[in-house]
Amino acid sequence: MTITADAGQGIVLSGLSKSYGPVRAVRGLDLTIAPGETVAMLGPNGAGKTTTIDMILGLTRPDKGTVSIFGSPPAVAVRDGWVGAMLQAGAPLDHLRVRELVKVMASYYPHPLDVAEVLRVTGASDFAGQWTTKLSGGQAQRVRFAAALVGDPDLLLLDEPTAGIDVEGRRDFWQAMRAVTQQGKTVVFATHYLEEADAYADRIVLIARGQIVADGPATEIKAQATARTIRATLPGVDARALGTLPGVRSAQRHGDSVVLSCTDADAALAALLGAFPATRDIEVTGGSLEAAFLELTTADADAGHQVMETAR
Amino acid sequence: MTHFRYEILRMLRNRMFYGITLGLPLVLFYAIASGQRHVMFDGTSFPLYFMTAMAVYGSMYAVVAPGARIARDRSGGWIRQLRVTPLRVRTDLAAKVAAAYLLALPTVVLLYLAGASIGVHLDAAQWLRMTGLIVAGLVPFVVMGFILGYLVPVDALAAALGGLVVLFALLGGVFGFQLATSGPLFDVLKGLPSYWLMQAGRTTVMGGGWPAEAWIVIALWTAVLIPAAALAYRRATSRV
Repeated sequence: MTITADAGQGIVLSGLSKSYGPVRAVRGLDLTIAPGETVAMLGPNGAGKTTTIDMILGLTRPDKGTVSIFGSPPAVAVRDGWVGAMLQAGAPLDHLRVRELVKVMASYYPHPLDVAEVLRVTGASDFAGQWTTKLSGGQAQRVRFAAALVGDPDLLLLDEPTAGIDVEGRRDFWQAMRAVTQQGKTVVFATHYLEEADAYADRIVLIARGQIVADGPATEIKAQATARTIRATLPGVDARALGTLPGVRSAQRHGDSVVLSCTDADAALAALLGAFPATRDIEVTGGSLEAAFLELTTADADAGHQVMETAR
Repeated sequence: MTHFRYEILRMLRNRMFYGITLGLPLVLFYAIASGQRHVMFDGTSFPLYFMTAMAVYGSMYAVVAPGARIARDRSGGWIRQLRVTPLRVRTDLAAKVAAAYLLALPTVVLLYLAGASIGVHLDAAQWLRMTGLIVAGLVPFVVMGFILGYLVPVDALAAALGGLVVLFALLGGVFGFQLATSGPLFDVLKGLPSYWLMQAGRTTVMGGGWPAEAWIVIALWTAVLIPAAALAYRRATSRV
């Protein structure tokens, strides 16, 4: 593959900031991605994912901060063909057939992959002779994937690659993705589907309000994100006793009220009511991280707000 | 090279547009000029005048056409996709310019054949000189096509490009009359590239081609329009 790319340095974003008028889309974002890593940028709409990706690609100039792709600025990385991107919008060039479009994309890169092979891997072979303007949503997405892939880039950036695609189409896409990224490509994808980030990324970077709010392996993020908090009025009980209840990670007492941080809030609530029937004013809420998380993972905005349950 | 080939292919596959660009000036020419082949006009024969007019009209449409493709690429977001490939902007634009002229030339040649068929006589050097002048005079229009392609919403683009061509054609005297032949208004008209495009035929026959003034006008328009196009490009590809 690319010899000139200093793979050791990976992708380095430092102090990245971008405002659109009064809207601070990205605020001082620092992120280092190792070569070969698959990273999911998970966050709700408006979190700053697309702006960040645009800055990595050099499409948007940061107000502050720098981007380095394998040791080079974005413009150089793009010019030398190290980068392949699947951007959000994408009605492809018209008056071309799918195969022709992928061919013309291949011609821009110094060492492209075989067009027929790329069409096959991305599942676009069946409609390779179709006009680019006559594609279904799922087909267009495959074509855009093929177009991003055909240059054999070291870094693949995918901005919500499965937005608007049905469940089956999403699964197919990620299977193809898996197949092609086994050969050491660095992949960064933006998504607001938790399950996608969980299933396909080595590492999840959770972005909210233009900042990284959590960063780590999928399992760790999930544990953090699924934490819930139970608040209740319960005088005269030792916090340590509460801390040993099933599903409770830690417990704190503030006067008559107790706060339980839970790994399994359902089990914790059942145990709490079983052990201390006098418990009053029970309130189960998502932590701030979870609130952000729920916003991402549910289409229903109401479910994204705090979950309130008051006993009797 | 592949990019250039597919640019041409995309252009040719837009048959309706290609057909109108090629056919309409020809039809207009025969409809209007064939009955007036012995009429004199503006110091030369009417067929020479009208042949030039229709060649200029058709080729102006041809060279603003890349603007329409740019606008479609832009509205679909593909222009940003291209920006994150190693394809250089100037390579892309060069291909589009070349494709535009490739569409313009058949229009011009067809009009020459039509002109010759009803008695326009020029020698080979004159045909060539006239063609050269048209090619040069079209340059500002190529750039204007780009600018509109970058700035105008795709659903308003056909009107914008059509309006641009008709406006310049009208002021340049393509439709058979000059708004002025002397005075300050005439000076303004002489500052338009389409005025000199229209003079490509007459000046070739009457003298040795354009006066220096014409070259200055074309060069100035081009010099102003190119940075404007660069600005428009930046506006079109950065997210607002």
